Amino acid sequence: MGDKMGIVFEMAGKEIYIHDSVVNSWVIVILLSIFAIYVGNKAKKAKPNEKPKGILNIIEIVVEGIQSLVSSTMGPDKMKFAPYILTLAMYLAVANLFGLLGFTPPTSDYNVTLALAIITFVLTQYYGLKSKGLKGYVKGYFEPVFLLFPLNLLGELANPVSLSFRLFGNILSGVIIMGLLYSALGLVAPLITPVFHAYFDIFSGLIQTFIFMMLTMVFISMAMDD
Amino acid sequence: MIQGISNEAFILGCSAIGAGLAMIAGIGPGIGQGYAAGKAAEGVGRQPEAQGDIIKTMILGQAVAETTGIYGLVIAIILLFVRPLLGAL
Repeated sequence: MGDKMGIVFEMAGKEIYIHDSVVNSWVIVILLSIFAIYVGNKAKKAKPNEKPKGILNIIEIVVEGIQSLVSSTMGPDKMKFAPYILTLAMYLAVANLFGLLGFTPPTSDYNVTLALAIITFVLTQYYGLKSKGLKGYVKGYFEPVFLLFPLNLLGELANPVSLSFRLFGNILSGVIIMGLLYSALGLVAPLITPVFHAYFDIFSGLIQTFIFMMLTMVFISMAMDD
Repeated sequence: MIQGISNEAFILGCSAIGAGLAMIAGIGPGIGQGYAAGKAAEGVGRQPEAQGDIIKTMILGQAVAETTGIYGLVIAIILLFVRPLLGAL
């Protein structure tokens, strides 16, 4: 919880400050992009009638898993969301596991989680508007009774707030508890903290990734259906 | 003001107590999530072939049930680290 973490540099006589979470996000995005380009090149060269081997095999399992998850949660007619869901899953999983390497996970910053939740919120509203039409979309706010409009509006606005708070609260509480443990235990910390790393970083991080994905899918398909 | 205690110290102490009180909100999600997990275990025992679907539904429901606890946690974190009440002095 320091006040200036990250990169500070001077440009044109002004001090420009880039927060730690932005820097870590860049690192994650660049690493994932390099990985994606590498795997994409391999997939282009692979022969379609041969068994995939090595990293392609693992990637194929992951992609098939995401596709079956999307088709079972959102319905087979919404398969076009699978690339977005996989992108979200890759970024969130790596970001949540970033604490294991000794960095601060970018998702422990509220700005990052709020940005992700706003992307989901905009997607939800856009596809709700697109699939229901303007009339059906506006009518959805006045159901079942006209008087419930403020409640419906609040309920719609509470979605991104609760979505971002859930991820932020879980990851930040893990970071705070790990920090307290390291400062309290001192020299014996390496003996005891692996258990807590396994829970707070790996288990909690992956569960929160899954929940964010699932809730994104459920929100979008709920806005598009009925 | 109580003798010998500065205003800042008083507000910091009260903020710490408030953060502790806010974490009482953790009781609710604990009970709710435990109940949901118990029901899911019952469901799996009755219908082992639907285990994947039951676990997916359970985790989704628990995530929604967790929201109130997370709100309490965020309030506690804000009281402890952001200290908004010190600005009101």
